[in-house]
Amino acid sequence: MSTEHISNNESFESLEVQAYQREVRRNLLLSTPALIVLFCAASGPLLIMLVFSFLTAGDYGGIKWQFSTEAWFQVAFYRDIFDETVSIANAHVSIFWRSIKLSFLTTLVAFVLGFPTAYFIATRPPETRSLWLFLVTIPFWTNLLIRTFAILEIIRNQGLVNTVLITLGVIDQPLDMLYTDIAILLGMTYVYIPLMILPIYASMERLDFRLVEAAYDLYATRWRVLARVILPLVKPGVVAGSILVFIPSLGAYVTPRILGGGKHLMIGNLIELQFGQGRNWPLGAALSLTLLVIVMGALMVYVRSAQKEGSGHGH
Amino acid sequence: MSITVAVDVRSVSKIFGAGTGQEVTALDDVSVSIAQNEFFTLLGPSGCGKTTLLRLIAGFEHATHGSILLEGAEISALPPFQRPVNTVFQNYALFPHMSVSQNIGFGLEMQGRTKDEVADTVGAMLSLVKMENLKDRQIDQISGGQQQRVALARALAPRPKVLLLDEPLSALDLKLRKEMQVELKRLQHETGITFIFVTHDQEEALTMSDRVAVMNEGRILQVGAPHEIYNRPNDRFVADFIGDTNFISAEIIERDGNEIRMRLPSGIEIMIPAPPDLPQSGEITLAIRPEQARIASDGDAASIQGSLTDEIYIGTDTQYYIDIGTTSPFVVRVQNANGETQRIPTGTSVGISVDAKTIQILRD
Amino acid sequence: MVTNSRPFSIKRMPGFSLLALACFFALYMPLAPLVFYSFNAGNNIALWEGLSLRWYVAAWENDLVQSAAIRSVVVAVIASVVATSLATMAALGTTRTRPYRGQTSIYAMVNQPLMVPEIVTAVALLILFALIKESTGYHGYAYLVSAHTAFCIPFAYLPIRARLEGMDRVLEAAAADLYATPWRTFTKVTLPLLLPGILAGAMLAFVISLDDVVITEFVKSAGQDTLPTYMLGQLRRTITPEINAISTVLLGVSVVMVAIIFFLSRKKT
Repeated sequence: MSTEHISNNESFESLEVQAYQREVRRNLLLSTPALIVLFCAASGPLLIMLVFSFLTAGDYGGIKWQFSTEAWFQVAFYRDIFDETVSIANAHVSIFWRSIKLSFLTTLVAFVLGFPTAYFIATRPPETRSLWLFLVTIPFWTNLLIRTFAILEIIRNQGLVNTVLITLGVIDQPLDMLYTDIAILLGMTYVYIPLMILPIYASMERLDFRLVEAAYDLYATRWRVLARVILPLVKPGVVAGSILVFIPSLGAYVTPRILGGGKHLMIGNLIELQFGQGRNWPLGAALSLTLLVIVMGALMVYVRSAQKEGSGHGH
Repeated sequence: MSITVAVDVRSVSKIFGAGTGQEVTALDDVSVSIAQNEFFTLLGPSGCGKTTLLRLIAGFEHATHGSILLEGAEISALPPFQRPVNTVFQNYALFPHMSVSQNIGFGLEMQGRTKDEVADTVGAMLSLVKMENLKDRQIDQISGGQQQRVALARALAPRPKVLLLDEPLSALDLKLRKEMQVELKRLQHETGITFIFVTHDQEEALTMSDRVAVMNEGRILQVGAPHEIYNRPNDRFVADFIGDTNFISAEIIERDGNEIRMRLPSGIEIMIPAPPDLPQSGEITLAIRPEQARIASDGDAASIQGSLTDEIYIGTDTQYYIDIGTTSPFVVRVQNANGETQRIPTGTSVGISVDAKTIQILRD
Repeated sequence: MVTNSRPFSIKRMPGFSLLALACFFALYMPLAPLVFYSFNAGNNIALWEGLSLRWYVAAWENDLVQSAAIRSVVVAVIASVVATSLATMAALGTTRTRPYRGQTSIYAMVNQPLMVPEIVTAVALLILFALIKESTGYHGYAYLVSAHTAFCIPFAYLPIRARLEGMDRVLEAAAADLYATPWRTFTKVTLPLLLPGILAGAMLAFVISLDDVVITEFVKSAGQDTLPTYMLGQLRRTITPEINAISTVLLGVSVVMVAIIFFLSRKKT
């Protein structure tokens, strides 16, 4: 509201304006307590972390209050302790690469399995549909640690998978699946797949199947209907689901820690190391912020595509 | 005899989104006085501002300009809960978590009446709307028509000075709507409370109201008793919105005392009674109701000539469509005597005769 | 419309049902041995030695498990109650209102914990709390509780907001029209109608707090293990069916809570 407009009008309009101002004041007052808590224990600490990333690492952990860009330098480069030569920090690069690769693969596998599942739920009769949906929701809200632990148990050498394969005679030596990238991929897919199914289902539920009928009527084959009609219409759900799987995968900590066995690290574990054995807090802070920037970048791509989608359909 | 004014709306304007650059004028300088114990209807198409005016009187919105007086006292600054005015909402807005009697007693309870008083009034209201046997039901356990009655009882229970009704019958089917029209009229008589009723249904407005205000695009176009609005519309929109109307343009030739001589497109000249402030010359529009025109028999002096293009049987009446050389055909509606229609072959050249007293001159 | 007897069903996609059923199987299959071996009489989580409740008893009698369980529940109760109250207020302040400056910023800030990776929040809190611990010497539960409260707020906020958005403002208008002051309108109409949303929000917040591993692992002081961080620690050692027993109990709690939330959120009016 422009103040100029308000002052130009006589007393009666001010009733309307006063009512609006009262409403805004009330809204701000109601929101403030939540914002304070969130600032103190969610957003504010990120700012302090930004400060920390520009400090010098202490000799035995912690920090020295001395400005330095060394931590940011160390995110990507390695400086030899003796001759000060600079090289690319191979360990960091390979961990970032593994994280991105595994997160991407997780998203892909989750989509390949999740899309048909969402389609299956959406095409059930309404009475049974909510039951199927409930079955997806349950693991979603079950403790992540327990679900990862369940995967650990079944892929161990004496686990269910190996036992069944040996009994069936497919293999005679147990497969070493635990503590590999495959184990992490399996675990993350298992843990995050509900995040793919639910948004795709939400899009699919609104899908008007008369459009599918129309496509068949116009001589489209099943695969063409899928590719040319269904997929484009549920694209917002697919994009949302992919983002919802990709982002937590990238920041995963528990799953790679348990299933990667400390050998196959992801960014989350690399960050933890800086606060544990490595004890380089500024580097840990810089690595965390790097992760945050990648995640925010992915979110921006999502928001962009959501906006384009919104304007593309004219509503 | 002076009539006491219940609600006085003085030059009220309501602009939504003021200052945002996307102003929408919902009410444009509206003034109207509603008398006590009157059944007053705001009639108009959706978006005409009738509901906004009702919400201003109830206190849910604030006017951008102007003032609203209740029995002579300014109420513009009072919040809804301090105004002795109650509303029957369009979809009833009954509290789903309360029973029928709890809903009816809500206003009384909020006014701080004693338990006995609340119980007595709720009992009286239940019998007024004939709902005694359903008093302990939950809202989702009663029918739409019954919900309608509960909404009425709830709004009447605190005995407001004015009852506002926002299209309360629109969700009911036709038969129930007819019943409720009679019921509303009875309630208004029995309680003696001023009713301000909002509707887009012209038939509803004409059958129930003491006076009707026809609104369009944020303005009140005409206020009057139903027969005045129907027989003497002073505006093209009013004539068009209420009932069916034939519009014909005519040229003023000369004034002769209280009457005016004008020439129709057919070349025939007629004399009709005219208001004194009509211009002395130029084009004007005439409105003629289909049922007030007749197919001229041989002896009649036909006012307009044309050829019959269509004949449509609509039960009680038959409608004749006559091409008189204007863009839309002239419609004549004739009541079917003894259920028989007067059959005229299409293409026949016919004359239309109209009683000059029933022709309405529109200012547009 | 589409019946099974018809040779061509427009909704059928070849292989989709099979993949979907495989997906449902995969979602639940790994949980079966977890639950199964919690009733094992032997010491191993792979070798079945007969039915027994000994590991439930063992977990129940384990002081570390007991104290971690109590700590988990206390933190979850406090965090979810506080977070739900704050989230309810924030939802009232950001929903069903004419747009105002800052509204989207508030919305973004409330949902911020959902967007930032948990490990990042955890590390940031570790740094902040380390500074505070150093300067005040306080090592109590306030850190854990405030961190849990913060990340529970968006989970409580979303169902409450959804419920509010589905509530017709006309009911509050009707109450005001019937002489209810704003406060009585709130207590008599808004709050009772909002209650299912608030309950769903509170239970979600409770489950989220109870299940949290990452933030707790980084924020807790020495001796402040919750059940999940205790389990995470145990996974490093030889795993006994005791972990399965604890997991099964937690699984049961989650299933019950989610079932209640599921039915609360579908309940109309």
